[in-house]
Amino acid sequence: MKIFVCLANVPDTTTKIKFTDQKFDETGVQWVINPWDELALTRAMELKEDTESPVKEVTVVTVGTLGSEPTIRKALAIGADNAVRIDAEPEDSYSVAWLLSEYLKNYEGDHLVLTGIESSDYNGFAVGGMLSEFLNVPSVSGVSALDIEGDHAKVSREIDGGLEQVVIKTPFVAIVQKGIAKEPRIPAMRGIMMARKKPLEVVSPGSFDNITEMLDFELPKAKPQCKMIDPENAKDLIGLLQNEAKVL
Amino acid sequence: MAVLVFTESWDGKFKKSSFELVSYAKAMADSIGSKTIAISIASVSQDELNKLGIYGADKIISLSDEAFKTLDNQVYTKLIAELADRENANILVLAHNNTGKALAPRLSVRLKAGLVSAAVELPSSYDPFRVYKKVFSGKGFVHQVVKTQKKILTLSSNSFELIESNTTPEIEEYSPEMSAVEIKTTVVDIQKQTGKLILTDADIVVSGGRGMKSPDNWGVIEELAELLGAATACSRPVSDEGWRPHSEHTGQTGKIIAPNLYIAAGISGAIQHLAGVSSSKCIVAINTDKDAPIFEDADYGIIGDAAKVLPELINAVKEMKA
Ligand SMILES: Cc1cc2nc3c(=O)[nH]c(=O)nc-3n(C[C@H](O)[C@H](O)[C@H](O)COP(=O)(O)OP(=O)(O)OC[C@H]3O[C@@H](n4cnc5c(N)ncnc54)[C@H](O)[C@@H]3O)c2cc1C
Repeated sequence: MKIFVCLANVPDTTTKIKFTDQKFDETGVQWVINPWDELALTRAMELKEDTESPVKEVTVVTVGTLGSEPTIRKALAIGADNAVRIDAEPEDSYSVAWLLSEYLKNYEGDHLVLTGIESSDYNGFAVGGMLSEFLNVPSVSGVSALDIEGDHAKVSREIDGGLEQVVIKTPFVAIVQKGIAKEPRIPAMRGIMMARKKPLEVVSPGSFDNITEMLDFELPKAKPQCKMIDPENAKDLIGLLQNEAKVL
Repeated sequence: MAVLVFTESWDGKFKKSSFELVSYAKAMADSIGSKTIAISIASVSQDELNKLGIYGADKIISLSDEAFKTLDNQVYTKLIAELADRENANILVLAHNNTGKALAPRLSVRLKAGLVSAAVELPSSYDPFRVYKKVFSGKGFVHQVVKTQKKILTLSSNSFELIESNTTPEIEEYSPEMSAVEIKTTVVDIQKQTGKLILTDADIVVSGGRGMKSPDNWGVIEELAELLGAATACSRPVSDEGWRPHSEHTGQTGKIIAPNLYIAAGISGAIQHLAGVSSSKCIVAINTDKDAPIFEDADYGIIGDAAKVLPELINAVKEMKA
């Protein structure tokens, strides 16, 4: 079985966000694998290394221009066997999901697709679900544990107010979140060397349409100063919350 | 034309987020002169269904067949899309919770309807359809424009006030044409979080970070939460260490919440943590370090040892209640 991990290339989560002409200013930005996708890749690697699991190959797929290749190489250094870059500027979740599906729909072997639940840049919470609908396969979202036995997967998914264990046949799209792997893997020196030689296929996409657009970016409004309460009179806080902030 | 709302219930009772959704949908429906129609896929009593009318549902489509109890994203998508077509819905709203995140993107493709995730307010205009929302995990805002004729939104919980309009809804008992055998998702086990408030629904949240030092010190967090009717939360390292369950982890990679009051004890206020809590209406920080970044985002701060401050707050709340 092969696992496809969909990767987004996003600004490092500590990036100080700047907007120039109401557009995201990319100068000086460090790019990383979207945190949830990094966890998905880590879990995919664990499954591949587990001799009892049927997973034999891990492929990462990214929609991005040439600038996303360092991030893809990092995924190869973490351990993915090969990578695919769909050569397009990611426009909105819908077009990204469509581009991924155009590539993935041709794969006929036994497989599973992993995506992260959201991307840390535009917070769309959408690509995984959209992809599954384009591919017309089932999806499980909010996945925090994944195991594979034969042709089916055992999955834990978060529901509002609990956790469900779900069994589902492959292929399907697992949309993963925190918990799927403990810590994201960091590439080792050997992995970095090997990554240079691993195959990175570049695919030219067909034409596509975005159906939403992001306009007029702005920074959040500054917050008023924090009101300090003397630790000796910590009790005063409760009165303030009650009478001033009116939240109790 | 209609604004369609996907509601959810738990043990036969609607969630507060569903009432928020109906209020939100009704406000949109009023602006564009259309009806508000709610869908419920669960076994819910007539009385409970009528509660959706309080917040403005003109019509309720209820699918109570137990065969459709299991959330299968593909099947639910088909069901909802079918109803959206039948009712000629031009706007569809779901909660920005686990179910909404699972279904909204699929529906977006099936209905070819542009999706706005995690909306916190009404559209700023309907033509063009523009919604103001957060990006970069709260470090920026943007106007998202939807260019398709149909639109889908997910609404963040606690971001829209309940508004009563007291409609008497028409209730339709719906039996779908599709069969439940299409369900491919089998639930083999379920661990319900019992007795405790659901974090994303809570009005008040008491949260602890690494500054709480050990899982053995969580008694004061739990006691204060209990007294305030609050849910408990934590920072990521705390759940990574296994001090608290993953379901309590808030922040960029955890839950994103917007309670009225967020009390952060022993949390430094890393940018990734704030990404999950900065929409709280009021933030209280308790930290020994006066330079901790959490104070930049907090409304009230106490520089002190959480192990000493929290018991004092517990006493003060007890006095307030007495
Ligand atoms: C990609 C990525 C994603 C991340 N996502 C998240 C996320 O979703 N959520 C999240 O929380 N973090 C996230 N992090 C981690 C984040 O960067 C911080 O490391 C984390 O939030 C710190 O947790 P903390 O505040 O509990 O611990 P610390 O940063 O160690 O802070 C502990 C605080 O407690 C104070 N303290 C110590 N003793 C006491 C005492 N006795 N009384 C009161 N205060 C005391 C200290 O002064 C300090 O400010 C992420 C990191 C990365 C790289």
